[in-house]
Amino acid sequence: MGESISTGILAKWHVKNGDAVKKDQALFELETDKITSEGTAEAAGVITLKVEAGAEVKIGQVVASIDEAAQAGSTAPAAKPAEPAAKAEAVSSPAVRRLAEETGVNPATVAGTGKDGRVTKGDMLTAAEPKAPAAAPKAAAPAPSPAPKAAPGERQTRTKLSPIRQKIAERLVSAQHAAALLTTFNEVDMSAVLALRAKYQDDFVKKNGFKLGFMSFFVKAVVHALKTVPAINTQIDGDTLVQNNFYDIGVAVSTEKGLMVPVVRGCDTLGMAEIERAISAAATKAREGKITLADLEGGVFTITNGGTFGSLLSTPIINPPQSAILGMHAINERPVAVAGQVVIRPMMYVALTYDHRLVDGREAVTFLVKVKQAIEDPSRLLLGL
Amino acid sequence: MEAYDVVVIGAGPGGYVCAFRAAQLGLKVALVDKRATLGGTCLNVGCIPSKALLYSSEQLVFARDHAAEHGIRIGSVAPDLAAMQKRKDAVVSKLVGGVAQLAKARKVTVMTGEAAFESPKVLAVKAASGTTQVTAKNFVIATGSAPVELPFMKFDGSTVVSSDHAIAFDAVPASLVVVGGGAIGLELGSVWARLGSQVTVVEFLPKIIATYDDDIVRAFTRILQKQGLRIETGTRVTGLRREGERAVLTAEKDGKAVEFPADKVLVAVGRRPYTDGLGLDKAGVALDDKRRVRVDARLSTGVPGIWAIGDVVAGPMLAHKAEEDGVAVAEWIAGKAGHVNWDLVPAIVYTDPEVASVGLGEDAAKAKGLAVNVGKFNFAANGRAISSDATDGFVKIVADAKTDRILGAQILARGAGELLSEVVTHMEYGGSAEDLGRTIHSHPTLGEAVKEAGLAVSKSAIHAI
Repeated sequence: MGESISTGILAKWHVKNGDAVKKDQALFELETDKITSEGTAEAAGVITLKVEAGAEVKIGQVVASIDEAAQAGSTAPAAKPAEPAAKAEAVSSPAVRRLAEETGVNPATVAGTGKDGRVTKGDMLTAAEPKAPAAAPKAAAPAPSPAPKAAPGERQTRTKLSPIRQKIAERLVSAQHAAALLTTFNEVDMSAVLALRAKYQDDFVKKNGFKLGFMSFFVKAVVHALKTVPAINTQIDGDTLVQNNFYDIGVAVSTEKGLMVPVVRGCDTLGMAEIERAISAAATKAREGKITLADLEGGVFTITNGGTFGSLLSTPIINPPQSAILGMHAINERPVAVAGQVVIRPMMYVALTYDHRLVDGREAVTFLVKVKQAIEDPSRLLLGL
Repeated sequence: MEAYDVVVIGAGPGGYVCAFRAAQLGLKVALVDKRATLGGTCLNVGCIPSKALLYSSEQLVFARDHAAEHGIRIGSVAPDLAAMQKRKDAVVSKLVGGVAQLAKARKVTVMTGEAAFESPKVLAVKAASGTTQVTAKNFVIATGSAPVELPFMKFDGSTVVSSDHAIAFDAVPASLVVVGGGAIGLELGSVWARLGSQVTVVEFLPKIIATYDDDIVRAFTRILQKQGLRIETGTRVTGLRREGERAVLTAEKDGKAVEFPADKVLVAVGRRPYTDGLGLDKAGVALDDKRRVRVDARLSTGVPGIWAIGDVVAGPMLAHKAEEDGVAVAEWIAGKAGHVNWDLVPAIVYTDPEVASVGLGEDAAKAKGLAVNVGKFNFAANGRAISSDATDGFVKIVADAKTDRILGAQILARGAGELLSEVVTHMEYGGSAEDLGRTIHSHPTLGEAVKEAGLAVSKSAIHAI
């Protein structure tokens, strides 16, 4: 992480051309390959938009100007001569430019299938095709309308990947490619944690105003296990081994815009309630698209919970340059053997994917067993065992 | 044992480009080749020496057959083969020397010797001075290919020869039979025909350069025949009878036995991936049914850290394809986003005129049932072609009937290889035939025919009826 951001997509305008805006009013949403953020007005006045929604913009580029002297409505929007048909961007190919003029289709609004998403002549022809029967002529007899036939091009739709999705794709592939990933599995009896939650949930909610979840147990168990097996808390920097002596844990959060991993800082010094609060605050920020780069940087380990969606078992991919990731899964009642008896217990499979370049199997397995033991018997956390 | 980030086995255009790119990206790289000079088949005995001989022999043809009509009096013209070969050798040594200089400048360790895996992580390089072992995080197999030998007429280097020998004859053979009407056979056949050999090309398939469209091949065949090459298609070679220093190639055409006596027989029926003695079994690297190294879509052999590129893997055996493979693998090793568009590998036959193609031909597109529009433009209607004796041939652009996107191009023309590049570029960016036709081309150039062919797709060529 920490790559510099130089461009983004101006995803959405909150104002229209000619609107009066107040200073600091949110004007637009900017999507970069890391985060979505809002741009605000630097001054009050009447705004003139200079780029269209969906366009790629450079950081520092002027996207709108605000006329501080003008007042909205002070000048009646006099009928202006119709603007010439949307002028294609200078990078469009000659055939695309011709079609833009002849059909009025603005290439900037067309999803391109050419190299790096460029709009091709074929894309323009498709975009210019009459869409599924629009308003039928009034005089037409009220015949039952035939079932709309999918136009040839509509069996698939093509949308440009958002920078965030592209970044996710790139990072996942590079993690798979650059590290020697291996996954070890175990299963955890959740009885003790469930019992603890049942016993103290009311008191916890009364004191803190929110519920006690599972995640804080796992965060605490991970910190405990990292302290026992420091080899997991390492990373490679070129030809150097970096040992981290802090415990900033990333917690994967699924949002509409993709997976994000906000980091909870100093988990070794936080109480369970503080961890729950931090996770919930980060998740809310992530879902609202208000998360900042600083919230995502610098984690030493990641926890991801596929159980939220019902996953029985999966092999997570590490979040480089971290060396391991813990995957939590669904809690299902299963028969298990305890002291010679078959009993039904709430069980969860856990998976630890680790970078075998740095972490040996013995360390990974020990780590995961430590997590398991701490969850099965949380008193161990209290005693540091 | 010296340890590297990347050891590339084979210093041809795939291997050395891979090594240089990896070095550019900051990796510690070694480049191994059994040849004392870098550059592989392409620079030493393939593309480059044959291009040198093709160019020299074209000058001979001009001086001998065309100078007079241009008002140039030369007098008696005769080839000096020794001088021609010397110039060819100079071209080769300049290029291989250049590659060696680049290797040095990029701090790539060059090792000369035969490479063999001892394990997936250890490679032995056997040289006259002894065997050196190296280890690496990544090995790239770039060992290329070798001429295919026919079992009943093995190469002897004097009468039955491969392209390796046919670029180095010390005398012009009175008669030369070329088995195989592909690029290599036709290029070398052209060289020796221009220098005075009676050349016969024997091809098993019904047409030469069989992957090209019928109309291109018909026109091309007629031009070669005018140049004095005898072309026997649909002819199956059955054997070889030696008569002293000479040989008689026996074959079968239309069910009848035919014989082709020759001073030399060039076997140019294709190339085979070169994996001999590489110890691939010790590395755990698997071959496919055609004995090519098996790789996935990222050119990985499946053995962690072992990659393969170029002629030794599936795909066209072309230097520029190998180069792109090499760049992509170096970038993947360095954790970057490598990219090869294997659908857009151009191919050229460097005769005169040249034949160039990329993407889908008209015949192939129609065989696939695609609706296409085809634009054709003849060089006979191109001003620059008329003024420079280049009126043979035409440009053909194949475009999707609905979207107008260019699907392929074939060009028969003097310098067709150079003309093709702009079509490849248009295709790489998803361009349409109209885009080609609306792009300004300098006048007068042969390239205007490419533009006109683009326009002809929509029947809008200006200089055609």
